[in-house]
Amino acid sequence: MFKLLFLTIISVFAKVAYAKKSVFMPPEASVYAHDADKLYAFILNVSAVSFVLIVLCIAYFGFRYRRKTANEKTPHMSHNLKLEIIWTIIPSLIFFFMFGWGWKLWNQARHAPAKALEIFVEGQKWSWGFHYKSGRKSVNEVYVPVNKPVKFIISSKDVIHSLFLPAFRKKQDAVPGRYTSLWIQPTKKGEYYIFCAEFCGTEHSSMIAKLKVVSFKDYANWLANDPYKEMSLSKIGKKVFNTSCAACHNVNDTNKVGPGLGNLWNSKSIFENGESLVADATYIRDSILNPNAKVVKGFPKGVMPTFKGQLSEQQIRGLIEYIKSLKEK
Amino acid sequence: MSNLTDKNYLNCEKGLWSWLTTLDHKRIGVMYLISIVIFATLGAVFSLLLRYELFSAGKDFLTALQYNKVMTYHGAIMTFMVLVPGIPAVLGNILLPLQIGAKDVAFPRLNLLSWYCLMAGALIAMISLFTTGVDTGWTFYAPYSIGSAQSGTVFVVLGAFVMGLASILTGLNFIATIHQLRAKGMTFMKMPLFVWGLYATSIIQIVATPVVGITLLLLVAERLLGVGIFDPKLGGDPILFQHFFWFYSHPVVYLMVLPGMGVISEVVSTFSKKVIFGYKAIVYASVAIAGVGFLVWGHHMFVSGQSDWAGVLFSFITMFVGIPTAVKIFNWMTTLYKGSIEFRTPLLFALGFLFVFAIGGLTGLFLATLSTDMHFHDTYFVVSHFHYTMVGGAVMATFAGLFYWWPKICGRMYHELSGQIGFAFVFIGFNVTFFPQFILGAMGMPRRYFDYLPEFEHLHAVSTVGSTIVNIGMVIVFVTLYRAWKNGEVAGDNPWGGTTLEWQTTSPPPHENFTKEMEVSGGPYDRP
Repeated sequence: MFKLLFLTIISVFAKVAYAKKSVFMPPEASVYAHDADKLYAFILNVSAVSFVLIVLCIAYFGFRYRRKTANEKTPHMSHNLKLEIIWTIIPSLIFFFMFGWGWKLWNQARHAPAKALEIFVEGQKWSWGFHYKSGRKSVNEVYVPVNKPVKFIISSKDVIHSLFLPAFRKKQDAVPGRYTSLWIQPTKKGEYYIFCAEFCGTEHSSMIAKLKVVSFKDYANWLANDPYKEMSLSKIGKKVFNTSCAACHNVNDTNKVGPGLGNLWNSKSIFENGESLVADATYIRDSILNPNAKVVKGFPKGVMPTFKGQLSEQQIRGLIEYIKSLKEK
Repeated sequence: MSNLTDKNYLNCEKGLWSWLTTLDHKRIGVMYLISIVIFATLGAVFSLLLRYELFSAGKDFLTALQYNKVMTYHGAIMTFMVLVPGIPAVLGNILLPLQIGAKDVAFPRLNLLSWYCLMAGALIAMISLFTTGVDTGWTFYAPYSIGSAQSGTVFVVLGAFVMGLASILTGLNFIATIHQLRAKGMTFMKMPLFVWGLYATSIIQIVATPVVGITLLLLVAERLLGVGIFDPKLGGDPILFQHFFWFYSHPVVYLMVLPGMGVISEVVSTFSKKVIFGYKAIVYASVAIAGVGFLVWGHHMFVSGQSDWAGVLFSFITMFVGIPTAVKIFNWMTTLYKGSIEFRTPLLFALGFLFVFAIGGLTGLFLATLSTDMHFHDTYFVVSHFHYTMVGGAVMATFAGLFYWWPKICGRMYHELSGQIGFAFVFIGFNVTFFPQFILGAMGMPRRYFDYLPEFEHLHAVSTVGSTIVNIGMVIVFVTLYRAWKNGEVAGDNPWGGTTLEWQTTSPPPHENFTKEMEVSGGPYDRP
C-alpha cells in the first residue's frame, strides 16, 4: 500500500516537475515572457505536487481510518512541536524563494533600457491612441520594430484603463492624471493582442488593439508614410471610423452605446431640451469635437469623449464624407 | 433527551411580531439565515444570467450595458449581502453564546439593531434596481463610478455603507461577548476554535469597516457634490480610492474565511472523534491571518501605478499569509490521522473545503509573486482564484456548519442521502465552473468582459455547464435543510458526539440556552 502510494507520488512529481513548457500560456514573444514563464512553471509544479500530496493524504487517512465500529477509541494527539516547526519552515522557505524570484524579474520588467524607443499611449473610452515622437499617430494599432526595446508611456483621458499584452506577460494601468510605463523587447515578428484589463464601462470588452511587430525597415517605412496617401476622403473616414467610432456607433441605423449613424446625414436630430437640428457637416464636426453640448434625446450625457486634438482636420473631413456616404447606400 | 414539545427558543413565543422584536441571539441568527438565503438566491440568478450570456461568444440575450449591470449586482450582492454577514451573523449569532456557555450575546438589542441595519442597507441598495441600475463593478473604482451615467450607483454605495454598520455592530457585540460572558473555567486557550475564528473576524469588522464606510461616503459626496478627492479632473487621486478600498476589501476576505476555518476545525474534530491537532497553532494562525491581512492590500495594485517598492513590500508581506494558511491545512489533515472517521454530510463539506481551499490558496501564490501577477492580474485567473477561496472557503464551510449544527438549531436531523447528493452537485459543479477559468486567465482572458475572442469559447461553455450543476446542488442543499426543519427525525441533544458546550444543552436549546450555570475544566475537544 505505502509502496504503491510512494511510487505514484514520485512519478507524478517527476512528470509535473519535468514539464518545463508554459502550460496554457499564450506564445512567448519576448525574453522576459520566457523568464516569467519559468517562474510560472516553478510555482505551478510546486503547487501541483503539494496539492496532490494533500489530497492523497486526506484520501488515504479517510480510507484507512474510516469508522468501523461506533465506539472506537482514538489516541489523544494534541500537538507535536517538532513536526509543527518543520511544516511551518518548509513552506516559508518555498514562499520566500518565490517572492525573491518574482522580485528579480519585477526589477527587470520595470526598468526600461535608457535608449528604448518611446511611444505615448492614451487610453480613452473605448480605444487606444498611440503617439510617436515623429508626430505620427495611430488608433488601436501600433507598429514596433523587432528586437528593439520599446517603452510605452501610458495615460488615460477619462477613466482607468489597463494596457495588457498577454504575449509579453505584462500589464500596466492607464491612470488619468498621471503617467505610468511599460516596456517590451519583442523577439518575434507578428501580430499580438492588446487588451484593456481594467473595467472601463460599456464597451470595455471591445477595447482591443493590435501590436504589430515588424522588421526595422517596415517600421521605418510605416512611420514615414502618410497613412492616407492617395486615399479618398470617405475611405479615410471609413478607416478612422473603424478604429475610433465603431465601438459605440453602428453604420446602419440601429443604436449601440450611441445612436446608429446610417441615416444621420441630413436627418433631423432632436435633443434633450427639445431643440432640433438638421445633421449637416457643422453639426457632425461639433459632435466630434464637443460631443456633450448637444446630446440626442434618449442618450445619457457625458458618455462620448471629445476627439479634440486626437483627429486631424483631414480625418474629421473624412468622417463627414464617410457618414454622408452611408446614407447614399 | 428532550422531545420537541418541550419549551425551546422556537416555540416559546409565536407570531411574526415575536420574531421581528426578538432579542434571542438564536432567533436573530435564524432571521439572518432566511434573509441571506433570499439575497443569495438573487445573487445566484444574476450569476446564471452572466454565465449564460458568456456561454458562447458574441451578444446573446443581454446588451453590453445590461451585462455590466448584472455583473455588478452579482458581485455587490454576494459580497456585501451574503458573504460578509454570512458566517459571522448566521452561525456566529446562533452558536457563539452556546459555545461559550452564555445566555445570550453581551448586547442583545444591538444585535437586533444590526439585523435591521443589514435589512435597511439591503433595501437602499435594491432601490437602485428601480433606477437605471449600477454598472461600476462591486469595486466602485473611481473615477468610473463618479462619472458613470447609471444613477443607481449612489443607492448601492449608500446601501453598502449602511450594511457596514451592521457588520461593525456585530463585531463589537461578539468581542464584548467573548471577553465578558465565557463560562466559568473557560480561559481564552480553552475556547472552541469557531469562537476564535469569530474573534479574529470581529477585529477585522471593527477596524476595517469604518475605513470603507468613510470611503463610500466620500464617493457619494464626490458624485453628488463634486468635492474632488478621487477624480483627477477635480484634482483628486483615483489610486487613493483603491488604497482605501482594498484596505477594507482585502481583510474582508479573511473576514469571510476565518470563521469558516473555525467551522472546519469543529467538524473535522467531531467526525474523526479526535482532539484537534495543534490547537494553539490554529489559534495563533487565525490571529496572524487577521493581523497580517491588514498589511497586504497593495497586492491588488501591483500594476495600478503605485510605487515599485510598495509592490515589493506588499508581495513580501503577502507571503506571510500563506504560512499560517498552510499550517492550518496540515493541522486538519493530521487530525484525521488515526481518527475514527465518519463520512456524514458535514464532514464531506469540510473535506470539500480542504480540496477547494487548497487550490484557492496555492493559486494565490501566482498572484502574490510580483512578476507572475503582472500577467494574471485582472484576468479570469483572479476571478477563479477568489471564487475558490470565497465560495470554497466561506460557502463550503457554511454548508458544513449548517448541516453540522442543524440538529441543534431545529432539533431535527436532515436526510443523509439528500445531503450527500447535494454535496456532490455543489462540489463537482463548483470545480467544473471555476477550474476552466484558471486556464482562461492563463490564456489571457481579461475579467469583466461581455464578449471574448473565439479561442476562449470552449472553456466558457464548460464553465456555464458547471454553474448550472452548482446551482442545482444549492437547491438540493436548501430543500434538504428545509425538509429537515419541517419534519425531520428528532435528532437528540448530541447526535454527533460533539465535545463543545452547545451539545450539552437540549436541541433546540431553551430561550436562555442552558438550564444550569456551565463550567469548563478541560480543553474544548478533550474526549474522556
